[in-house]
Parts: sequence; structure tokens; C-alpha cells
Amino acid sequence: MTMKSSTRQVDGVTIVDLSGRITLGEGSVVLRETVRDLLSKGQKKILLNLGDVNYIDSSGIGELVSAFTTAKNQGGELKLLNLTKKVHDLLQITKLYTVFDVKDDEATAVKSFK
Amino acid sequence: MAADRVSYTLDSTLETVNNAEETAGRMAAEAGFDDEEIMKISMAVREAAVNAVLHGNAYDPSKKVTLAFERNDKDLVIVIRDQGKGLDASKIPDPLAPDNLMKTSGRGIFLIRSFMDEVEIKPSQTGTELRMIKHVHGNPADSKEALQ
Repeated sequence: MTMKSSTRQVDGVTIVDLSGRITLGEGSVVLRETVRDLLSKGQKKILLNLGDVNYIDSSGIGELVSAFTTAKNQGGELKLLNLTKKVHDLLQITKLYTVFDVKDDEATAVKSFK
Repeated sequence: MAADRVSYTLDSTLETVNNAEETAGRMAAEAGFDDEEIMKISMAVREAAVNAVLHGNAYDPSKKVTLAFERNDKDLVIVIRDQGKGLDASKIPDPLAPDNLMKTSGRGIFLIRSFMDEVEIKPSQTGTELRMIKHVHGNPADSKEALQ
């Protein structure tokens, strides 16, 4: 299954609901283009909902890092929401879990943006 | 149990990466690994296939990737070969080093080493051979036999 992405606005925060796989190829491209598109429209508070992302590979991890850095460099904030165990474990072993701002409740996550 | 061996010759395409991952998942399931171990094995094979297709063969249609699985009593042995310039694993930066943490690539070999029990990388002028082993623990078929 490839990746699907849809966005919605909640209190000034853009929530990106992702589902499927973030892997080399289509999945990584969809994520990259979605984040790039939001930033270009000035939507700089981005919450990536990974609750339905069941698989991510090293390219996908790289894409998350890239999205985080790109948002930060443009004065934005990108946070992660609802990690599955697989994605959580991957971010732990790659020591990225503490780099990302990870939330497990949408309302709290939305409020946490400045 | 006698050793079972199967090997595939694959094109240097993204499809190969997906096929390698799927095949590894199937082989791991047949070898009796649980869901978490199957995920680790299939992901290690995916990462190895990405290295072979992208970094080894650089999508060159004239170059092939070979993927072999061998199952014996103790191990699932997986070997992936490419026809690239040869990967010098000693030159791959540590992805956990603070300076490298925010890099967008360079985690594939690290993940393979994290997920498999033994990993050996043999570069040569005719390509790289990556050999990885997962020890078989508690094959359900074996435990069933043991209980009877």
C-alpha cells in the first residue's frame, strides 16, 4: 500500500493525516511535497499524524528529518502525532525520538504550538 | 532439517526493493519467526536491496541484484549481491553521532545491523556482497514436535 495524505486545519495548526508506508519512492515524495506545499502557503504549524503509518524505512526517516529541518529553517514548527509502535521503536533506535516533538493526543498537540 | 536454498536475479529497480522485502517477509514467516522478527528481517532486506539498487548498481539496467535465502536448523541466511563499485562500510559515518543525527540519509546499514544477528559486508571490484543472518529461535513447528 502506498501513502495517502490529507490535511485539515485546527486552531491555526495544519494537521496532516498520513496513512500507509513512508518508504523510498512514492511515500517519501508525497510527504516531501505535502510539507513543501504547506510551507510555501505560509502554513508553518504542521502536525504530522502518523497514526495510520504502518511502515517506514530509512528513506522515510530521512524524509521526516528533512521535513522537520525545512520547517524549522523557515521559521515553522513540525511535530509528530500518534506514532505506531513500529515507528516509535525506529525513532528510538536512531536516537531521533528526542529530536522530534512527539505527541500522543491531538488536542494537546494543537495547543502546544506557539 | 536439510538446508533449503532459493535465489533470485533481479533488475536494478525500485520494484526489486519492494519484491525483496515481500519475499523476505514470506521466507521469515515460513522459517517460524514471529511478527516483530518478520518485520525486522524484511526491513533489513529492504535496506540492503536499496543499497544494492541505488548505491551499488545506481539503477543501471545492465546490472543485476542477486538475492539468496538459505534456511538451516539454526539460521536464516540472506545474501544480497550487487555489481557496483564495492561499498567500503568503514567509511559510512555513524548515524548516531551528534553531528550526523539530522542527516537525511546514511541509516540503512545501521538498521540492518540493528535488526539482524550477524552482518558481513564484503566489497570487491565487481560489487558488494552483504550477508546477514538471523538465528531461528523457537520455530513453532519444532516446539510442537518437542511437546509431542
